Amino acid sequence: MSRFFDIPSDLQHSWAGLIGLHMREALLPVAAGLLLALPIAQLCGRFRWLYPPVLGMTTVLYAVPSLAFFVVLIDYTGQTELTVMIPLALYSLVVLVPAIVDGVRSVPDETLAAATAMGFGPVRRYLQVQLPIAAPAIIAGLRVATASSISLVSVGALIGNQGALGNLLAAAQKYDRPELAVNAVLTMAVLAILCDALLVGLRVLLTPWMPRAGSRPKPAPRREGITPEGAVR
Amino acid sequence: MNIIDFGNAFFSDSAHWHGYDGIPQRFLEHLQYSLLALAIAAAIGLPVGLLTGHTGRGGNALAFIANAARALPSFGLLVLAVLLIGFGLLPVMIPLVVLAVPPILVTTYEAVRSLDPAPVDAARGMGMHESRILFQVEVPVALPLILSGLRSAAIQIVSTATIAAYVSLGGLGRYIIDGLYQRDYEKVVGGATLVAFLALLTLALFWAVARVAVSPGVRRR
Repeated sequence: MSRFFDIPSDLQHSWAGLIGLHMREALLPVAAGLLLALPIAQLCGRFRWLYPPVLGMTTVLYAVPSLAFFVVLIDYTGQTELTVMIPLALYSLVVLVPAIVDGVRSVPDETLAAATAMGFGPVRRYLQVQLPIAAPAIIAGLRVATASSISLVSVGALIGNQGALGNLLAAAQKYDRPELAVNAVLTMAVLAILCDALLVGLRVLLTPWMPRAGSRPKPAPRREGITPEGAVR
Repeated sequence: MNIIDFGNAFFSDSAHWHGYDGIPQRFLEHLQYSLLALAIAAAIGLPVGLLTGHTGRGGNALAFIANAARALPSFGLLVLAVLLIGFGLLPVMIPLVVLAVPPILVTTYEAVRSLDPAPVDAARGMGMHESRILFQVEVPVALPLILSGLRSAAIQIVSTATIAAYVSLGGLGRYIIDGLYQRDYEKVVGGATLVAFLALLTLALFWAVARVAVSPGVRRR
């Protein structure tokens, strides 16, 4: 166990450095996914006929295994971080688009009418009424996307040292040091749990009107189709 | 050459259709790993989810377990399992089952718990035994959601079973891993296409199962 944090020098990073790299490679795609998903979800809300094909397309993208996605992208973006981050951003879309669409749709018509009657324009109504009410659903989606993103970055190790903490897994095999693999799995799990806790905290901060933990909130009406739970990987 | 050309080249090469590295063989292997993992995950997730959903107890513990399982990286678990157990089918099943149990468990629990209480109360008032309430009232009504949990678990298993090839097993991941090391993009694109195809096939299968198994009265709502 004394060699638990003894990272082989060919990884060119300390343990803390690998954590930083891992968080960057995992969280930037989720942020990019969120930025992309908001307008897409808005379009899907405006034009109802758009939603099924968008959902179908993201599901097909999701069916492509991450490793295959990475390898195919090498041809275009080389063995870089970008090759890992592009598929992760697309995967997070699969979770975020339905979460946002369902969240925004779940805003009651009376609430929207009240906002309009108070003189809210469409932009202000979206930012100050629809998004805050949809926040729990969006954050539920973000939680799933973040957890899967943190886990999937490690697959990048297979395309040549682009997996941050996943590189430790490759090193564990190369140097026959299982403690490095234990280190990688534990660190990733702890990172995922920490991010999850942060997102839960964010939800509590953003939605002060919701019941706190202890009294569980009423489950949101689910739609047939992809539930946020549906896209964990 | 673009991706479509690579795919064409892969599928039109007759060498890829025969023998131990042929598409039918790899496809069957992939199917076998996926079905086994799904069966194990369902055997764990369904009973626990149904029971906790029926009694309404243990929801927080369940959410905690699901979150913890979700935090474990599949690829990391695979490498760890191989280092500790050695090569074989078991180290591949561990990450796949850990991956598939949370969606099945949580969706089943939520599906049974968030049912309309009126028919359940009516059944209880008619004197139905608890097990009959569960299997004749709750399960049929919750079936669409339960199936959607199974479906997402199945799709994740299908696309993640590719990592079995990394630890020298077969399956469609063989093409992707081999193609990567041989710098043979035809193989990678072909393998990726096949996995995506199998995932879509899974979607279609679950759609068909839902068509047949879900009672028309439930479906119409």
